[in-house]
Amino acid sequence: MVKVKVNDIEVDAGPKDNCILAARKAGVEIPHYCWHESLSVVASCRMCLVEVGETKPDGTIAMGPKLVPGCQTPIKDGTVIRTDSPKVKAAQQMTLELLLLNHPLDCSICDQAGECYLQDYTYKYGKAHSRLDEPKLQRMDKYHIGDQIALFTDRCVMCTRCVRFTREISGTAELQVVARGSHEEIDVFPEEPCNNKLAGNVVDLCPVGALCSKDFLYKKRVWWLKQAESVCTGCSTGCSISIDQNENKVYRLRPRPNPEAQGHFMCDEGRFGFKYIHDERRLSTPRLSVALASGIESQRKTTSANFAPDLNFADLWPTALTKARQKIQDAIKADPSSFVAVFSPFMTVEEAYLLAKFIKGIHDKARLVLGPVPSVGVDDKYPKGPKGESPADGNVKFTIRAEKCPNRLGVEAVLKHFEGSVVRIESIAQRPNAHAWYIVGGYTSGWVTEAIDKAIGTPSLLIVQDIFPSPLSERADIVLASGSFAERDGTYVNHAGLAQSASAAVRAPGEARADGRILMELAGRTGLFNAMALRKEIGAAIPELSVLGSGDLGDQGVRLVRFAKQATAAAT
Amino acid sequence: MSNKKTKTVKWGEEPKLGMLDALYLPAIVSGLATAVRHAVSGKPTTRQYPEVEPEIPPNYRGVHRLNRDEQGRVKCVACYMCQTACPANCIEIIAAPAPKEDPHWTDRDKYPATFTIDELRCIYCGMCEEACPVDAIELTSVYDLTGLTRKEMIFDKEKLLSVFDETVKTGKDPVRTNRGTLGPASEEAPSGRQGPPPPGRGKHG
Ligand code: SF4
Ligand code: SF4
Ligand code: SF4
Ligand code: SF4
Ligand code: FES
Repeated sequence: MVKVKVNDIEVDAGPKDNCILAARKAGVEIPHYCWHESLSVVASCRMCLVEVGETKPDGTIAMGPKLVPGCQTPIKDGTVIRTDSPKVKAAQQMTLELLLLNHPLDCSICDQAGECYLQDYTYKYGKAHSRLDEPKLQRMDKYHIGDQIALFTDRCVMCTRCVRFTREISGTAELQVVARGSHEEIDVFPEEPCNNKLAGNVVDLCPVGALCSKDFLYKKRVWWLKQAESVCTGCSTGCSISIDQNENKVYRLRPRPNPEAQGHFMCDEGRFGFKYIHDERRLSTPRLSVALASGIESQRKTTSANFAPDLNFADLWPTALTKARQKIQDAIKADPSSFVAVFSPFMTVEEAYLLAKFIKGIHDKARLVLGPVPSVGVDDKYPKGPKGESPADGNVKFTIRAEKCPNRLGVEAVLKHFEGSVVRIESIAQRPNAHAWYIVGGYTSGWVTEAIDKAIGTPSLLIVQDIFPSPLSERADIVLASGSFAERDGTYVNHAGLAQSASAAVRAPGEARADGRILMELAGRTGLFNAMALRKEIGAAIPELSVLGSGDLGDQGVRLVRFAKQATAAAT
Repeated sequence: MSNKKTKTVKWGEEPKLGMLDALYLPAIVSGLATAVRHAVSGKPTTRQYPEVEPEIPPNYRGVHRLNRDEQGRVKCVACYMCQTACPANCIEIIAAPAPKEDPHWTDRDKYPATFTIDELRCIYCGMCEEACPVDAIELTSVYDLTGLTRKEMIFDKEKLLSVFDETVKTGKDPVRTNRGTLGPASEEAPSGRQGPPPPGRGKHG
């Protein structure tokens, strides 16, 4: 720890902090554009100029004669930082006036407006007018930068964050600065657009509205978006994200910095891959097969041959869930070992716990198995080398994992506790010996392979809880329309045993319900689904998941004990 | 912050009624006198609407219009400022990238694909007009707004542009922004009133 003084506030800063970080710890903002925590320091924008001095042994303070860039200046014991002197304020005003010299100031049509650091800093540190009399330089917009990226060239402040990202984090180096002086521009080589799998991050990195996401362009003003803190379910890295939503529609996902999970970034597959949650084909009502629904009066028109017409109730759920509970209980009591519940690695820990406890509570011999764990290729590590090769082990800055689901470890922990071991559905597919199935899906796309389809066949009881129609849901006795990741509260455990909490951003479409709510009612529990309360219960019940016992996992999540031990062992 | 207590609320005293006022008779008599005076004067004050239309002052806040720019395109750039400012939540815009392939639109980036105002929900406060950075939306002095259904009263972009065409034709331009050109209030302040000189320019050069 290093003792520094920022505007007369004493703080303990880290020995490797620069002035910006030290000031942040004191609650003082030093405006900055080019510096970013996970990129190299270039000190080129001059927005962060501050006065820095040191405390002499006799206690007097000697301030440096010049302003220095806070991003590049290290600190030591007794460093004194001033961000509020007239000299600093004058420098900030001048820097902003120069940055805005050729800036078009078209905030009214700029997608960044509302979260733009030029706007914020100009408001806080700048001044209201420019002394430029000449016409502003105008430049062509570049829609060719990438499939997902457009560059509004004249809004760029030349911080080169985007360039450094492609060099240092993705390692693909598509972006560079061309020309010099006030004609400097960001560009790509002809025919070599910036389409790497992390490319979307440059849009977040850009402190102004120069790089914009084509996917989000002009779709929504950012001040109408409401954020929910969640976890990306695209792969087992489990990037911390924020889901930006308005009027029940998700507009974009953005990474939330979390050094424990992934750092500052996320991959494009996760970033743009959420569209399926608004797919038209999603299951939106619970359904009962004709046989089960007989005797229940129905008036609405039907759409599918197998299913009874939608019933003439405001809410079909109570009927569907009561029937499901009763059928499950009957089936298990008739022959416990031929009842199989299939858990999906897309379930949260809470959901897995609710279902497992319910099933095992009826009879201990009922079987719990883990559904297919989707996996594509091998782990994709960044930064790439010049020939596209993966980095050496110590230099990895971002990994897109092959395992394309968020919570295999969490669900496995629950299964191990209730079943003793983790049985994969593939291993029993040959001879399942089952007559009754409860199947949980929630996968991002079709997951029912031919083998699984055949293994399940046409049993005497088939209950499917899923978000998309599948061959199974078509012939199921009961279909429970469930929620996607954006509709769920709960906990995911990533590849490294980090348990993170996610919160729901939107409501499920139509009459579909988030899985937690379905399972609460199915299990006959009273009260509403409350992830926090359930985490406390799980922490007490399952030793491997004891860290969940605190209920609140914080912004960054907590590591399971087993993995925390590994991490400390690796560190020492 | 001062913690000195300041008096913010003033309590008024009810005026005391005299003997005469308490009788109410003088007030009744003076009221009757007014009625009789009007009845016998022979000067009708009733307005013969709709045969005779009233003179509406040009700063009246009536039906909206969407202005056109010099090339006849909708002037609005779909910034959503009006929708954000509107206290009645009655404006709804869907923005889209300008049709760049059309040579007519090459200099524009964003435009409103749809623009609707619910004229029934609107409270005619004029906040939208105030908020618009390009003076694209204005309230006109058109006041006789009628329709047979609620849906009819939800004005879309074409309707709002036609209000512009209509008001330009009849010379009923609002005074505030002068057919889309900025009024004197928006002009740059004379240089003497630009506020204090930028710091760092004093005797240090
Ligand atoms: S980059 Fe910022 S300041 Fe520039 S136009 Fe966009 S919102 Fe306005
Ligand atoms: S495009 Fe954005 S991130 Fe890249 S240099 Fe310009 S301002 Fe910086
Ligand atoms: S006049 Fe007021 S209420 Fe009506 S649209 Fe404009 S801002 Fe909204
Ligand atoms: S404020 Fe003006 S430019 Fe912006 S959306 Fe409304 S009418 Fe269009
Ligand atoms: S942030 Fe320090 S110079 Fe840019």
